[in-house]
Amino acid sequence: MKQLVVISGKGGTGKTSIVACFAALSQNRVLADCDVDAADLHLVMDARVRHRELFRSGKKASIVSEKCVDCGECERLCRLGAVIRNGDAKGKDSDSLHIDPIVCEGCGVCYHFCPADAIAFGETVSGEWFVSETRCGPMVHARLGIAQGNSGKLVSVVRSQARGLALKHGLDLIIIDGPPGIGCPVIASVTGTDLVLVVTEPTLSGVHDLERVRQLASHFRTRTVACINKCDLNPKMTAHIEEHCEETGMEVVGRIRYDKSVTLAQIAKTSVVEYSDSPISLEIRQMWEHIGAP
Amino acid sequence: MFAERRNGSLRIAVASGKGGTGKTAVATNLAATLSSEGYRVVYADCDVEEPNGHIFLKPTIRSVERVGTPVPDVDLSRCNGCGKCGDICEFSAIVCMNGKVITFPELCHGCDGCILVCPENAIRETQREIGCIERGRRDGIEFIHGVLRVGEAMSAPLIRAVKQKLSDEDVAVIDAPPGTSCPVIETVRDTDFVLLVTEPTPFGLSDLRLAVEMVRALNLKLGVIINRCDIGNSGVRDYCAEQDIPLLLEIPDDREIARAYSRGQMAVEVAPSLKVAFAGLWERIVTRISSRNDE
Repeated sequence: MKQLVVISGKGGTGKTSIVACFAALSQNRVLADCDVDAADLHLVMDARVRHRELFRSGKKASIVSEKCVDCGECERLCRLGAVIRNGDAKGKDSDSLHIDPIVCEGCGVCYHFCPADAIAFGETVSGEWFVSETRCGPMVHARLGIAQGNSGKLVSVVRSQARGLALKHGLDLIIIDGPPGIGCPVIASVTGTDLVLVVTEPTLSGVHDLERVRQLASHFRTRTVACINKCDLNPKMTAHIEEHCEETGMEVVGRIRYDKSVTLAQIAKTSVVEYSDSPISLEIRQMWEHIGAP
Repeated sequence: MFAERRNGSLRIAVASGKGGTGKTAVATNLAATLSSEGYRVVYADCDVEEPNGHIFLKPTIRSVERVGTPVPDVDLSRCNGCGKCGDICEFSAIVCMNGKVITFPELCHGCDGCILVCPENAIRETQREIGCIERGRRDGIEFIHGVLRVGEAMSAPLIRAVKQKLSDEDVAVIDAPPGTSCPVIETVRDTDFVLLVTEPTPFGLSDLRLAVEMVRALNLKLGVIINRCDIGNSGVRDYCAEQDIPLLLEIPDDREIARAYSRGQMAVEVAPSLKVAFAGLWERIVTRISSRNDE
């Protein structure tokens, strides 16, 4: 089984549109949307949810007001400042202590050291994950709860479910739509993959972010290739990116022009290659054939 | 709420669910416009994973400061191998196996639990570097950004450190990372207004909904900017109308502005008429902040 991950550093360079095309062009694959705090792949894959499960991860503390003796020990010990007096807990006793669930990271220090045993400390639901049926095979995706952390762990859940599906159905390819950035969820998306495709664009921001994401990928020693999207926006910058890629040993496997059909395909809830036979579709097909089954 | 802060300065976060919608473009153009109107402005880039504001503002950097996060340092000569540190740690950042303590600093949230629980006082706090903060100036604009060390998973402590550097300028324009999870929450928390930048496409709308829910969960005021407003469909506009969300600015798709962006130029530099649009945006933001009734 091979795993291909598409990342970008900078957001909005076209990861999801390209993943949707790869989904349409490939066979025997499982799709995994690892952009768990802003998932979009399901919008163009005609996803029908077949299985959903709550994502339980981490704990949160809360104060049991009946037991609280108001000693302030929790407020003193909490390094995140999650314990507040007269916080935004509207309608509650204005002077009592509260824990802001959005700030609390679930370390449990207040729970362990509360002399009155007045802190409840329990597992929380911080999202949901789904297995869907699509016209391009099974897909695993997720939705991180509003204002929740632990996105890296949810990415790991999505990936392990995708692996499970691949094994169960004898599928040999997992195509992963990664999140932007270089932080925790990106690291969780890239680790253990066979090929990293970085989608960039010919802007100074794109170049800057490409270099940081390349450094990140090199930590994993996974083969990393690049695709320059909207390459005709600034041909000079495109040439500069190509040089940079050559210097750093990153093969440029695709050059894709700017084309309004990318937006139109999205509105039509489909991928660009299924939507039109315009030159951009050919460029994406060529890129897919070039990287082949990774 | 804002009136309580130093000299009545305002903090505006520029965020978006979806990446690449134009957060940095809006934030830098707004900062430049306000500065040219005589406000004392600080631009703070909290997209520490991929900070790009410096490309457009081109500040002269005058200071670099390393930022660390607290992690435990175990004095093994004092450790009695009781394992209480491993028991209290919710993040498996310190474990005790067969009486031997091992730490995994990159998992540590810096809560001090192990230090507090250790009966032998064998653990002290040390720092692990996660990135740096660079500060500088460009014309009238104070510039601050955080740069996360490549390979580092935890960005929230660095974002917190960037925000601690904000001082008493009239306006702080804070550039947020994309998404809706912890780094974004850390960025927009305790700001006076959140500008959500989106584009009129299905992806833009889907991610805008998530961002709006996030901002509402934090009880903050918000408004929407539609960038490249003429490229897609009416979904975002319909949603804003239905949800009673103020639409503060629409920016048309313009090849010249896109080219300028690609070279690292701000839109107000190539199309000075846009300053009027950004000044108008600012007026609408201020009106929204001053209105007492929560939306």
